[in-house]
Amino acid sequence: MTTTVEPSAAAAHRGGRLRDRAMRVAEAATTPLVPADFLDLFAPLRSGAELRGRIEEIHPETADAATVVIRPGADWAGHVPGQYVRIGIDVDGVRQWRAYSLTHGPRADGRISITVKAVPDGVVSNHIVHQARPGTLVHLTQAEGEFVLATDHDRLLFVTAGSGITPVIGMLRNLFPSTDDGVLRLPRSAGLDIVVVHVAPSHPHSIFIRDLEALDAAGVITLIARYDDEHGVLDINDIDHLVPDLASRRTFACGPAGLLDALAAHHDAAGLELVVEQFRASRVEPGEGGTVTFADGRTLEADGATPILDVAESADVLMPSGCRMGICMGCVIPLKEGAVRDLRNGAITSVVPGETGVLKVQTCINAAAGDCHFDH
Amino acid sequence: MTTIQKKPATGERNPIAHLTEADIEAIGVELDAIRQSVLDDRGASDAAYIRRLIATQRHLELGSRVVLLFSAFPPAWVLGTTGLSIAKILDNMEIGHNILHGQWDWMRDPKIHSSTWEWDNATPAAQWKHSHNEVHHTYTNVVGKDNDLGYGIMRVDEEQRWHPFHLGQPLWNFINACLFEYGIAAYDLDLGATIKKKQHQDPAFRAQAGQVLRKIRKQATKDYLVHPLLSLPTGSFLPTLAANATANVVRNLWSHSIIMCGHFPEGVETFEKRSIEGETKGDWYVRQMLGSANISGSKFLHLMSGNLSHQIEHHLFPDLPSNRYAEVAPKVQALFEKYDLAYCARPLVPQVYSAWHKVVRLSLPNDWLATTTPKNLPSQLKTLYAMATKGPKVRRAAQARLTQLARRQAAASAPTEVSAAA
Repeated sequence: MTTTVEPSAAAAHRGGRLRDRAMRVAEAATTPLVPADFLDLFAPLRSGAELRGRIEEIHPETADAATVVIRPGADWAGHVPGQYVRIGIDVDGVRQWRAYSLTHGPRADGRISITVKAVPDGVVSNHIVHQARPGTLVHLTQAEGEFVLATDHDRLLFVTAGSGITPVIGMLRNLFPSTDDGVLRLPRSAGLDIVVVHVAPSHPHSIFIRDLEALDAAGVITLIARYDDEHGVLDINDIDHLVPDLASRRTFACGPAGLLDALAAHHDAAGLELVVEQFRASRVEPGEGGTVTFADGRTLEADGATPILDVAESADVLMPSGCRMGICMGCVIPLKEGAVRDLRNGAITSVVPGETGVLKVQTCINAAAGDCHFDH
Repeated sequence: MTTIQKKPATGERNPIAHLTEADIEAIGVELDAIRQSVLDDRGASDAAYIRRLIATQRHLELGSRVVLLFSAFPPAWVLGTTGLSIAKILDNMEIGHNILHGQWDWMRDPKIHSSTWEWDNATPAAQWKHSHNEVHHTYTNVVGKDNDLGYGIMRVDEEQRWHPFHLGQPLWNFINACLFEYGIAAYDLDLGATIKKKQHQDPAFRAQAGQVLRKIRKQATKDYLVHPLLSLPTGSFLPTLAANATANVVRNLWSHSIIMCGHFPEGVETFEKRSIEGETKGDWYVRQMLGSANISGSKFLHLMSGNLSHQIEHHLFPDLPSNRYAEVAPKVQALFEKYDLAYCARPLVPQVYSAWHKVVRLSLPNDWLATTTPKNLPSQLKTLYAMATKGPKVRRAAQARLTQLARRQAAASAPTEVSAAA
């Protein structure tokens, strides 16, 4: 360190110490709460707060899909097109977490957007498309995901199905911004040769189809759309005919597990590289009983009628417990993955990694409804 | 009131003698159905209720503390102290007590969850959850198991042998009311029993006691040092200190009164330890029904009592959101009527009076208060003095005379009943 920077470093150090002291006073004045609990009343999106966002606009895309524009909190660190964000939103009073692709590249106004398609029985997607209103606060995580464009390839193939188009739309909008005067051709996107194979049940049920058609009309992508009602269900092996120069392209795919598995098998056989993004991985189908795994690696067999607490204790697992009748919450432990059934009313609680987040469940009145992994 | 199983022997009516096992099971089924009906439509409006309440409480606390910065100015002191008292009561009762019960865990909001919530009270949330949720709610009104019955310092039932020590219990109870948050902390620690058994070197106890002392230190630093110091520039150090002390005592007296009303008033039953062996869910429900008492009153009273004014409903369904007790209360009351059980509910003042009356009555030997009239007061006082100062033999003899006197008086006032019984 040189002598010239020392005074400013010392000043910064003093400033930091002063801030620390002020913080300690604020904490002593608000205990058992923390100062943030009061600041959140007035500025939930401020820097230093838990990451949240406010829904500012909701635009219908099709009858059952909508784009949601969100103003993220000050600490939003930005994203790369193709990444997704996890959003926690209260549906019927219950906090639900889901992952959605960011459907814009970084925007000049600092806002982010997701596009959600309401799936049958989808608790969160139906709420966002049909019930959510601008002004609602949501909880966010920073953007995540490895499904981003590599810069070393300029011949690309996107294979998407249904709402699997959303991360791809994020990339395409970033490459070819759409304006009132048509699609912009930016220097960074010159020389790209992009084919999009998009599969959907029908034309009207295809979200972003207008955007894809506009990009196709502008000549910046080649769109090959396949609708189940018009062309029949796509056999993935037909892709060699749809895209004859497949071998010279890098393939990105996003869609349901069945499509991705078939495509992976196809590319594997052909010795081709494939980048995939899978949403709504595997739902936990609640069954009767299952295995119960604890943090130390012990795995027990649990039937669907015995409380997890009893199963664990009869195997000498040290468990927190209380009233053993579901009232005291003394026995809750975090469920990382799996499903449990409330023996009092049959209510199912399921945890899907990367979606719902870890949930704390009462072990004295819940039985296994599938294989469960506990962080305990 | 005596423990329920001994009633037939002492001639009092056993309130559940007319119920068959099938009745008790049916009560359990009906109560389960009431609980499920709330769970079925529990949702966004309930979540909005608790969030709105928490926001209101924080605004009120913040606003009151800002006003108290100028508390050297008397109107500011009055306004700020009133606001802070209400804020502390809301924090402890409708918000803290109910969140710590897990009533809002279903929202999956990590900030409003029984495992993470902490309250403005001397006792740390974790210790209170054990003594309250686990012990008191499971063993409600079982003498010797439920420490909420008299907090281990009071005689709560005629069956407990009277001792001169009990003469002081109205005073203990009043002191406990003023310092209620510390009383609760001591009792969550099981301090009395620990000292008696000389277990205060036990590492688990020391760890818990350390947590309590840390919590008390932080609470006291906030109320009695940081906020008074912040008020120093306006010359309001002492007024702010007094305001915080007042708000804490107001909160203590209020919460003590509400909690006394829950299980102490006349008409509430207590139970013997052996009576809960092999207890079914239906039996447990019936014990909660007979072991709790409600306070009738306005919406504001229900809010300020943390809906413990619906103590019966709360004890039947401790994990249902408190804002829903009012709507299930008529259904629960109808069930009481259907099975001919006594639903104990009175307005606040009579209920508090009733609870205090019981404290005073049990501070005296059995039947002393009932047999005392203005005319025989001198002789009664002489008996009491003898019982308080002389040995157990004198006490037993005097007690026998008092019981006999009570029987004779009862016979004189209700001759037909006695002849029918004879």
